[in-house]
Amino acid sequence: MRVVYILWLREVKKYLRSRTQMIASLGSPLMYLGVLGFGLGPVFRRAGEGDYLQFMAPGVVGMTVLFTSMFSGIALLWDRQFGFLKETLVAPVPRIWIMAGRTLGGATVATLQGLLIFAVSLVAGFRPLGFAALPSALFVMILTAVVFSALGTVLGSSLKDMQGFQLVMNFLVMPIFFLSGALYPLANLPKVLAALTRIDPLTYGVDGMRGALIGVTHFGVALDVLALAGVAALLLCAGAWRFSKIEI
Amino acid sequence: MIRVENLVKRFGDVTAVDDVSFEVRRGEVFAFLGPNGAGKTTTIKMLTTLLRPTGGRLEFDGLDPVAERDEVRRRFGVVFQDPSLDQELTAWENMEIHGVLYGVPRRERRERAEELLKLFELWERRGALVKTFSGGMRRRLEIARGLLHTPKVLFLDEPTLGLDPQSRNQMWAHVKKLNESDGVTVFLTTHYMDEAERVADRIAIIDHGRIVATGSARELKEQTGADSLEGAFLALTGTTIRDEAPTAADGMRQMARMWRGSGR
Repeated sequence: MRVVYILWLREVKKYLRSRTQMIASLGSPLMYLGVLGFGLGPVFRRAGEGDYLQFMAPGVVGMTVLFTSMFSGIALLWDRQFGFLKETLVAPVPRIWIMAGRTLGGATVATLQGLLIFAVSLVAGFRPLGFAALPSALFVMILTAVVFSALGTVLGSSLKDMQGFQLVMNFLVMPIFFLSGALYPLANLPKVLAALTRIDPLTYGVDGMRGALIGVTHFGVALDVLALAGVAALLLCAGAWRFSKIEI
Repeated sequence: MIRVENLVKRFGDVTAVDDVSFEVRRGEVFAFLGPNGAGKTTTIKMLTTLLRPTGGRLEFDGLDPVAERDEVRRRFGVVFQDPSLDQELTAWENMEIHGVLYGVPRRERRERAEELLKLFELWERRGALVKTFSGGMRRRLEIARGLLHTPKVLFLDEPTLGLDPQSRNQMWAHVKKLNESDGVTVFLTTHYMDEAERVADRIAIIDHGRIVATGSARELKEQTGADSLEGAFLALTGTTIRDEAPTAADGMRQMARMWRGSGR
């Protein structure tokens, strides 16, 4: 247990220490909130959907969680050849502890980063229903972070080089984001798009947070939580399996 | 301490280690000398339980590295060819994590970490992030860390690669001291002749995955009638030391150097 804890602590410590990185990672969410939020706001209102900033803020939080947790998983790739991973892999401890420490650490960091963006969106004018909504939104956020940290671990353990990383960014992470309904409502979508959004785990994360924070939800928060928990369990197993296969 | 018999490792149809046998005695400094790609690192990886042998027998302090993996792991410390420190953490934190991973009790962990950091002249910098360290300091820290759990054998894979001569000398002075005072067995790989000759009690010359000769530097010279280890190496392998074709890992290594700027 101490091993899981110290590896978790390592991730969190590094995050809290890297001020520049923290600030740099505020960039794209701020742009989405500012430029898209205010730019598309009038159109969204005219279409009778209400305030766009209210609608998209949970989506931007979801995006932040997605990117941060995927990055920490994929950092494995780098760590494996030139970093700390070897040190942990020759230690006399079961690999699953190492995987657990890393993945939970990555999920914690992603949650913290999500909370930071949430705070920023409050400053930008986002107004959730009430403080009572926060715990359930946080719970959905944590589940989302676990899902994508585990997915990051699966990919980070399976890829062989940095070219693969580009591939993952363009053909997995970006589609996950754009298909999640973070930026648009899920109702009345073309059939193909609707089907794709339904297999995207982030859809449930964003929908769940939206449900908790502003009371607008497509599937219902309960179903969202169920879907996320199921996917998380699946990906954690896959991550543990892939991680156990790493050869260095 | 270590006994290797007819060890073979194949990757697909490439035979990286081809029927290698040797023995490392308790308390000695044993060197694997050979060019890049000769099979040195692959052998170390098998001895340190990171790779499974395709064939042959391994014995580490009377244990089998494949079947009794964790027991074997507790008994050695290893410094890899590529750095494996966490650069975003301090020297002290790197030591702490290592201690926890190896289950060293807190008090012992702290005492031993202090002792080793002092020995390797890093104590004053224990609170500084590793990324602010020079190449020599990082290597010293890796060695200190590898010794934290009081291993019986210390594996050093090309430990002086990319270090300036001064740091190399300093590093070997420390390792020699530990070898003599604590009796730690040292197994190192290198492709520097002078280094092998100066620090190792016995040397095994390895080329194309096979051991060509084993003995002290003097024995190797006598055996071949050469007046230097370089001459002996030439006589035994028919070539001077050379670099083989770069592998994917070398490509990554180059990229890492570029990105991190500060070299290794």
